[in-house]
Amino acid sequence: MIRNDVAITPELVKEHGLKPDEYERFVTLIGREPTITELGIVSAMWNEHCSYKSSRIHLRGLPTKAPWVIQGPGENAGVIDIGDGLACIFKMESHNHPSFIEPYQGAATGVGGILRDVFTMGARPIASLNFLRFGEPDHPKTPHLVSGVVAGIGGYGNSFGVPTVGGSVGFDKRYNGNILVNAMAVGLARTDEIFYAKATGVGNPIVYLGSKTGRDGIHGATMASAEFDDASEEKRPTVQVGDPFAEKLLLEACLELMKSGAVIAIQDMGAAGLTSSAVEMGAKGNLGIELDLDKVPCREEGMTAYEMMLSESQERMLMVLKPGMEQEAEAIFHKWGLDFAVIGKTTDTLRFVIKHQGEVKADLPIKELGDEAPLYDRPWVESPRQPVIAPDSVKAPMSEAEALLKLVGSPDQCSKRWVWEQYDHLILGNTVQTPGGDAAIVRVEDGPKGLALTTDVTPRYCEADPFEGGKQAVAEAWRNITAVGGLPLALTDNLNFASPERPESMGQFVGCVKGIGEACKALDFPVVSGNVSLYNETNGQGILPTPAIGGVGLLDDVTVNASVAFKAEGEAIILIGATEGWLGQSIYLRDVCGREEGAPPPVDLAQEKRNGDFVRQLIRSGQVKTVHDLSDGGIALALAEMAMAGGVGAEITAFPEGLPLHAFLFGEDQARYLIAVDEDVAADILYEAGAIGIPAVTLGLTGGDALILPGQQAISVKQLKAAHEAWLPNYMTGKA
Amino acid sequence: MKSAVIVFPGSNREGDMVRALTLAGSDAQKVWHAETELPKGTDLVVLPGGFSYGDYLRCGAIAGRATVMDAVRAHAACGGLVLGVCNGFQILCEAGLLPGILMRNANLKFICHRQYLRVERTDTAFTRNYTKGQAIDVCVAHGEGNYTADEETLKRLEGEGLVAFRYADAQGHITQDANRNGSMNSIAGIYSDKLNVLGMMPHPENLIEDLVGGTDGRGLFESLVSSFPKAA
Repeated sequence: MIRNDVAITPELVKEHGLKPDEYERFVTLIGREPTITELGIVSAMWNEHCSYKSSRIHLRGLPTKAPWVIQGPGENAGVIDIGDGLACIFKMESHNHPSFIEPYQGAATGVGGILRDVFTMGARPIASLNFLRFGEPDHPKTPHLVSGVVAGIGGYGNSFGVPTVGGSVGFDKRYNGNILVNAMAVGLARTDEIFYAKATGVGNPIVYLGSKTGRDGIHGATMASAEFDDASEEKRPTVQVGDPFAEKLLLEACLELMKSGAVIAIQDMGAAGLTSSAVEMGAKGNLGIELDLDKVPCREEGMTAYEMMLSESQERMLMVLKPGMEQEAEAIFHKWGLDFAVIGKTTDTLRFVIKHQGEVKADLPIKELGDEAPLYDRPWVESPRQPVIAPDSVKAPMSEAEALLKLVGSPDQCSKRWVWEQYDHLILGNTVQTPGGDAAIVRVEDGPKGLALTTDVTPRYCEADPFEGGKQAVAEAWRNITAVGGLPLALTDNLNFASPERPESMGQFVGCVKGIGEACKALDFPVVSGNVSLYNETNGQGILPTPAIGGVGLLDDVTVNASVAFKAEGEAIILIGATEGWLGQSIYLRDVCGREEGAPPPVDLAQEKRNGDFVRQLIRSGQVKTVHDLSDGGIALALAEMAMAGGVGAEITAFPEGLPLHAFLFGEDQARYLIAVDEDVAADILYEAGAIGIPAVTLGLTGGDALILPGQQAISVKQLKAAHEAWLPNYMTGKA
Repeated sequence: MKSAVIVFPGSNREGDMVRALTLAGSDAQKVWHAETELPKGTDLVVLPGGFSYGDYLRCGAIAGRATVMDAVRAHAACGGLVLGVCNGFQILCEAGLLPGILMRNANLKFICHRQYLRVERTDTAFTRNYTKGQAIDVCVAHGEGNYTADEETLKRLEGEGLVAFRYADAQGHITQDANRNGSMNSIAGIYSDKLNVLGMMPHPENLIEDLVGGTDGRGLFESLVSSFPKAA
């Protein structure tokens, strides 16, 4: 019988984030009152963040398989085969709550955690991306959060030595009390050298590696599973502190150790630290785990079993080693100046046994800790349908040229250079396309292959119509990759939503996941990893539903790619895809007309695939080097971005009859691209497109030093650039 | 030409450096910081970029006192070539092989961007393949690249022509806008008295291929390799 020093009161249960019925379930499972350590362990395993108890039943519908998928969801990261014996390993994860409380460390450890997920599987990280959403610019906290989060992401990634090659930054009042910081890491490994969490063999040593354990981050995962209120800032002590230097050493030591053949299983200590990593290794391998906490390297004195099991100190790993290889492993870790300790062994009891100072502090059934976590089919309601807004019902409050200038310099559409210049995006010497384009491109080792990488979602579409919004998020990521010449292979999703306990936000979650699944199927773009972040709300105000999609695509020859920049004068600008002038939920309607309303543009996935496949083939055959996919701000914003990137202007002369000019220029119809090509090639492309029924039309020509929209005053490229580049630096220095 | 790229805990551009040296025709190998000797026949020692020891103390302060640095100092004292890039430059300053120090950037932020440099002289082993006054397009990636020295040192560096590169615009003009980290006299790199030790903040090793931004960085590595007769 285990001695119980602390009486488990209902208050204590509540503080651990467990509902009374969840606690009852646990007591029934173990047949007695738990110890305080056991209560801590179960609270860590059964919170939303670790157990996915509200989301699991809905996630089952997502397509996760394809011939090139080596490992889908359920491991530290997803794995896809990219040929030549190489695998791409990637995942995206949120660190929203910690980043709101302590932006620098919250964001830094978010990056650290996701890098660790990737190299735990044996991959060397080659790129990092992020997806950030902040509150409205006028909110007093926003500049401080932007500044801290960006510095934190840079501070960790730059030191660790991975290029941060892409991302997305946006602002909305709905994130005022709950920002989003989602980090994505991408790594490379050989397909026959991938490491998993599943422990094997009885009596094998369990080894603790990396930094020492301290009292930081205790209950971090529980915090991530609760909504915020005004007292949340008092939770600063539950935010961990990142040490990118230790992580870099851990990376090198782990990869060196993996090469030695000593590693049977490996799991990083992320959310819920030692608890979650040990349980996962045992449960996956159908084995028990016994840990002796006296052996755990501690940073602070007098740590209790409870504290050690729940600490979220960073830069730590747990491994099961081949017996007899401890010394070799220890030598490698000591070379890198890292802690190494055998802290336990695998057993055949299927129990999770924790010993400390000669006493058993916990003795729990290991499989049930994971498998028997509560599972909820939470009530949900469908979001009310929004009316379709007819293009000619929207009056233009200003000229199209003025609207464009306003948009290029607006918080969401302006240049994010101020952000990505704080990230080392050039280290490793493989960044073929830097931040600022449709998707980043990184070369795979010395080539010839390359990876196209992007993060994207349009939260206002998801709010207006979760199903279409979910589809659109996947379609846009797919389109981003296609626009640089990549073949989209798989994605990771970071599903940021408000409280699942409110049927409206649960309905948004359900709708978005359905839409994501539908698009993944149609586009052959499976989900291989992901993260669910619920309870993103403060004082009852939920965030916009934000299922961020991180997409990965492959370029067989990385030298054959396309970018957004106009490259020459006198090229024909061709619009691929059908334009109906869809203004509902558009940036134009929101930022120029001040109206946030209407149904978002529907996504015809068959058209999306057909148009995208056509554009990709044009790039891959070498016919087209200049492509931009159309999204926020439609044709006009895309033209401006192409002109600014290339320093070459354009004149648009063709536009359809019967559609208001502003609807044509700023409508956000889906499945569209702009390309610019030699006039000779243009005729062939138009013919080819016509032959297979793909809408394609020439809009005008590149050239000059200004962008001239039909019937509008010319806007010089210089003027566009000035507006585009000014907003964010001015804002951050208090001038905007 | 044999080069030794020193790897400290926290170095992270050693691979980029080896790639650039190899492309230029050097036999480049990595050397662990705890070594007491350089590999036999080392012609060039390179201290690569990164965050040695996390840069938790002053940048380069701990690495500057690493075991291998005695061998590097001895190599330099005999006229051997030493190149320090970014964190390597900071280490050279901390190790006393170059004067001055790299302070935090003027805007107090890490900055990574493409950057033109003006090549100040071309009669050294590092720059012979460039032309004098040429503006080369490379990149920077640092939080502490703001070169600072006392007045006397600065005077001596300028007087003896020991400034290797200055931050410039695309035409090679030295402008305030081009000097984003706020370095004194727009200094991006300096030589030792004997011109055998070069420290520079920018990264020529990341600009060696057209596919990845351009080839202006190659000149430095090709200069070094061509400074040595081909091994028999």
